[in-house]
Formats: sequence, C-alpha cells, structure tokens
Amino acid sequence: MTAPATTARAAPGAPRPRANDVRRTRRQADRRRRLTVLAFMSPWVVGFSVFFAYPLITTAYLSLTHYDLLSSPRWVGFANYRFMARDPNFWPGVRNSLWMILVAVPATVVFAFCVALTVSKARRGANVLRTIFYLPALAPPVAATLGFLYLFNPRTGPLDRILGVLHLPQPLWFDDPHLAKPSLTLLGMWGVGAIMIIFLASLLDVPRQLYEAAELDGANAWQRLVHVTLPAISPVILFAVVTGVIDGLQYFTQGYVAGTVAGGGDAGAGSGSSLGYPEGSTLFYPVWLYQQGFQYFHMGYAAAMAVALFAIALSVTAVLLRTARHWVHGGEGLQ
Amino acid sequence: MTIRRAILTATTVLSLAACGGGGSGGNAASPAPTDHRPVTITLWSGFTDRELAIIGQAVDRFHSAKPWITVKSIGGQDDDKIVKAIRGGNAPDAALSFSADRLGSYCSSGAWIDLGPYIKRDKVDVNAFPEPSQGYTSYQAKRCALPALADVYGLYYNTDLLKAAGYSEPPRTASELMDMAVKLTTYNNDGSIKVAGFVPQWGFYEMAPAHVAPAWGATWLDKDGRSGLAKDPHWQAMLQWQKKFVDTIGYDKLKRFTASTGSSEFSASNLFETGRLAMNIDGEYRTAFIHSEHPELHYDTAPFPVDDSQPDLYGAGYVTGNLIGIPKTSTGRNREAAWELVKFLATDTGAQVLLSNGLRNVPTTVDALQSGDLTPDAQFAKFLDIYRNPHTTSTPVTASGSADQDLLTAYVDKYQAGQGGDLARELAKVDKQIDDQLAQSDGGAP
Repeated sequence: MTAPATTARAAPGAPRPRANDVRRTRRQADRRRRLTVLAFMSPWVVGFSVFFAYPLITTAYLSLTHYDLLSSPRWVGFANYRFMARDPNFWPGVRNSLWMILVAVPATVVFAFCVALTVSKARRGANVLRTIFYLPALAPPVAATLGFLYLFNPRTGPLDRILGVLHLPQPLWFDDPHLAKPSLTLLGMWGVGAIMIIFLASLLDVPRQLYEAAELDGANAWQRLVHVTLPAISPVILFAVVTGVIDGLQYFTQGYVAGTVAGGGDAGAGSGSSLGYPEGSTLFYPVWLYQQGFQYFHMGYAAAMAVALFAIALSVTAVLLRTARHWVHGGEGLQ
Repeated sequence: MTIRRAILTATTVLSLAACGGGGSGGNAASPAPTDHRPVTITLWSGFTDRELAIIGQAVDRFHSAKPWITVKSIGGQDDDKIVKAIRGGNAPDAALSFSADRLGSYCSSGAWIDLGPYIKRDKVDVNAFPEPSQGYTSYQAKRCALPALADVYGLYYNTDLLKAAGYSEPPRTASELMDMAVKLTTYNNDGSIKVAGFVPQWGFYEMAPAHVAPAWGATWLDKDGRSGLAKDPHWQAMLQWQKKFVDTIGYDKLKRFTASTGSSEFSASNLFETGRLAMNIDGEYRTAFIHSEHPELHYDTAPFPVDDSQPDLYGAGYVTGNLIGIPKTSTGRNREAAWELVKFLATDTGAQVLLSNGLRNVPTTVDALQSGDLTPDAQFAKFLDIYRNPHTTSTPVTASGSADQDLLTAYVDKYQAGQGGDLARELAKVDKQIDDQLAQSDGGAP
C-alpha cells in the first residue's frame, strides 16, 4: 500500500503547504481510512448490535422491571435480584446446573478425548470410526433425548431388558432422582462428536518428533501422554472446558424434555406438573428461568436470572482463562 | 360571559374525561351495532382435523344466524402463539384457549379485553353458566372470557376386572378405593405389577392434587386470598391418604410400573384402555378415546371416591375448561363481530350441544346441559351429573398461571417418595412460595 499523500515531500520551488492544509488533508485521510475500516466491519457491527448488544441491554433493562410480556414494563429497581435469594427453586436450579458443570462437563471432555485418542491410534477403519463417533452429534437434542428415554425405559427399554437377562439390577434411570442427571450425562457423552473431532485434529497435529524424542529418553506410553500429548493439545482442552462450562450453564433442552416426558408429559394439572421430574432432580437453572418467563409471565424476574447467568458465565470464563497461563501450553499470553 | 366560559370549560373537561375513560380502558362497549355491512373475523383455536371440522360446523351455524359476519377459523393455535400474536399486534379477533390457567395473565395484563361492558349491554345472564365455569373465566371481578365447553373429572373403572374380583359397584369412599385397588392389583412372577387396581402416584396421567382436591373439599386460598394449603386440614388428610395408598402397594413397584408409560396417556396404549389398569381418574374426553381406540373395552364411570369423613361430597369432582375471549388487538367492527361470535359459541344452546356431541366435552350452559338434543352415552352422562353437583370446584384463577399447582406438585412428588419431611411445616413453605409467586405477578418481586 502507498503511504498517505500527506507524507509526500513538497517539490522544490512549489509553494509550501500551510500547516492548516496539511492537518486538514491528514484528517480527511484518517476519516476515509476509518470509514473504510467501518465498511469492512459493518456486517459484524450490525450482527453484534442486533443480535447481541441490543438483546443484552434490553434484558438488563427488563431485569429491573415488572414485565408480564403483555403489558408495558414497570420499573421495580433491584427487587427481582433481591427475590432470587428467597426464590425456593433458584438454589436447587443452581445446584443441579452446578452438578452438570462439575460432573458432566469433565466426564464429557475426558470421554471425547479418550475416543479421539482411540481413533487416532486406529490403524484400520479410522474413517469409519470417526464417522460412527461423530454421527450422534448430528442428532437434534430433542430426538436424541427421546431416543435415550426409550433405550433407558425401565420396563420396555432394551438396556434394562439386557440387564434383566444378565440378572443385574435394572435401574429406573430417568425416573430415579439419583440417576436422572447421570443418565443425562451419558446422553451428553454419547453426543461428543463435535469436540471429539477437534481433539482428533489436535492429536494428529502433535509433532511426531516430540514422541520420538520422548521414546529415546525412555518415556513409556503414560509418560508420553502426560508430558507430550496433553501439553501439546492443552489449548484445545481449554477450549473444550470453556465451551463445556458455558453449555453446562445453559443446559436446558435435554433436561426439560427428559423431565417432561419421563414425568408423563403434561399429565396432571398445571403446565409444569412434571417440572424437574423426578423430585426436582432435572430442574436446571435455565429450566426454572424458562418457567418463570414463559409459563408464569414473570419476564422481569426471568431477565434478572438471565443477567445473573450471563455474569456467572463471564466470571467463570475469565477465571478459566486467567488460570490457563499455568497449565495451557503457550497460554502465557492469556489474560 | 364568565358563566358561558365556565359552562364551556366544564363541558370540555367532561368530554375529555369521558374520552379518557374510554381510552384508558379501551374497552367500553359502544351501543349495539346496527351496521350489517360484511365483515370478516378470525377465530383461533387449538383444535385440529376432525375437531376443527366440528368447530367449523358451529361457525357455519353462526354465519347463518349473522350472515354479514364471516369467520375464518384457524386451528392448531396454542396459547404461546396467541400471546406472541398479541405482542406482535396481529392476534385473531377471537381466541379459544385450552388453558384456563392462563386467564389470570390475560385479564391482569389486559391482553384479553374485559367482556363485562358487552355482557351488561347485551344483558347476557352469566348465571346461565354453572358456578365453577363462572369462576375460571373471571379474574378479580373482570370477566375476560366466557366458557366454551368444560373438562370434568371422575373415576373410570373396568367392569370386567371389577366383576372378576367380586365387585359390582365402584368405590364411593377413599378407603374403599384403596381396599379395592389392593385386591385388584395382580403381579408378575418377578413381583412387578401386572395389572394395577389404581395408581395413586401423583403425576401419573391425570392423578394430580388439583383433580383430587374436590373429593376432600380442600381449598387453595384462605379468606384473605393467600395460599392456604397448610391452614386447610383437608390437604394434609388427602396427602396422608395418598401416601398410605402408595406405601401399601409399594412406591418402587408403582414407579417401575408407571415408568414404562411415558407419554402413553393420549395414545391407544393408554393403560386403562388396554386393560392394565382397573380404575383411573380421568376426564370425560376419555370416553371418546375409548370409543375410537378400544370400543371392545367394558367400562363405566362414576364420581371420584371421597374422603370417608365427608360422604356428602360424593358426586362432585374437578372441572376446568376452554376459554373464549377477544384479544385486545381486535378493534372497531371486528371487535363487535368477535363479541357476537364469542357470545354465540358460549351461550347458544344449539351451538353448545353441537360442540358437546361432536367433541365429547361437557357443555357449559345450564340450558345445554338439559337439552334433549344432547346425546350422551351412559358413561358420558355421569360427567354431566358431576358438573352439575354443587360441590364441584375448579382451581383459583391467578396471574401466575399454574404456579400454585406446579409448586404443590413439585412438593408432593417428593412427599410420596418419602422425602417430604414434616407435612404441615412443608405445606406452610409451599404456601409461602405460592404467595411469593402471586406477589411477583401482582406487581413486582415481593
């Protein structure tokens, strides 16, 4: 690119441009450059403004109002936030979501890594294995959950039938408050295709010479895994954990469908008669948020819950990125 | 001059006040229209296929009576779509909702207009509707809907299974129900339930506290309009009976038996319809399902058994129903035409009978209930009697929708599993939770 015209030296004998003219020309060039940059950025700016900034600001505003979706919002200050502490289903929702983050997310990440590692070592049929393990990721969440409800049905499902034939205990799975979340975790592990593919690409990208050097130093398979593979793919592990935690905070569809269908659909009075079935074990934070906003028309309170969720997601991500310096290879630049 | 100016000023102020009054409510009924220029209105309902066609027949009858009004009947529209349309300003002129729980929200927000002025203007007698239906169509003295058919709950029993067990009559009391259910329950070799006498587990099909409460005379609100579950001893009596019932058969056995049912309630594999359940609580609509899916089933219906200490409650039951109203987005001549349609579908005996015979729901006017054109079979007729019973009740209308029922159901789900703690204390906590939700709806967080 050529330098801006304002840097050109004046020809000998030509009249010296006055200082004001030089500044004006420079300002015009700066403005043109900014407009050019803005023009290139405009698709993103429009998308960001319409689909992120506007909803975020509106949600923050609504969280300070009493809003029933049908009449105008009315200012109530921080009353919705104060109510959170006393809402009886707020903390159970937090606990259930926390369980998914602390148990389901690590389980899913570890499982995805193990599958990717296995596929990466396959000498034959790697493409077939890759396809088989990736396919579940394409299943829509509702369909996948319904499929698992069928498979895990305590009476008619094939899994418990097989367990019965083997004279093993036949759990109630989604109907047992102690097993509902583990069952959902299994569902999550089944659908790890997307993150598995990323792990696989990362594993195949680890330089071979690092393994050769480790072998020459006498490192066994476990030592090569711990000292070569994991550090090399640690940025991908960080990515998987951060996205997993955010997904865990927003965990809704599978929990809602499992609780509703296992609980008998909309049987009984009330829209949420199966809410959190069984015994509140699937009442995740976003499920309660949805219930408040769209079933009870407490959209102001639901907005406050959404803002709190956003703040938590932001904080957790910040903490993860902050600590990543200590365990992510090349993560010194992460602040 | 001064007097003339004062009169002018007063007249102006009064005129503005009159305009303001009408505008703020946006709802004052103008004089009955005499303008019969053609007008087309839309009616949304959740009906589809065969049922939508029956609504179509009623609409055709309306068009014959009011030929200048054409109604475009659109089915498959649930309450979520109605709410979205109201927010978007493109709602139908009239809406028929299946969710009586939503009325409080529609009324308190003004999303559905108050029909009071129209009812008064056209001298519609609300006493033409039985009392429970009057209750679930109004909220805090605003009647934002009229009833358009009701769902009434009672006991279904398999006559073959009862006969085989030596019974010729259905149970009338709660203890009889428990005794008969225990005797009627049969087991497989592995100890699992083969045929259940009755499934007392909350959450199974229509076995919900709200549906059983009338059999104990349990009331939701205290005299101050606050949640009164802990104050009304009937709730504790009912929940203790149910817990004892569950424990007698075995919570785990019941759980395993019902876990397989999933969403079979509204399918041909319904346990009662397939003979795997001897007795069940259900709505009158089940008669149509059985007629269509399992006409070979020998069954009968009866009022749900009542608390042993309150035999006078026998014959009553739970009722809820469809609402028909006018979204606030309907204006001018369309609103007037929509009111004519609402009034017709809710109060015209011929329309009510046509809808009841076709949809197999209970008609919601006294005249229609007594009409000779009503063609109930013996099983359906029992629900007409339950509906007429003076002790038949519905759930209270609140601006929080079904929050009261949901919160109680969430607790009883734990209680029946043995995780409910001290019943009285926990019910008081549920009361507090419900009151907090009501306060949220009434104007912000409590």
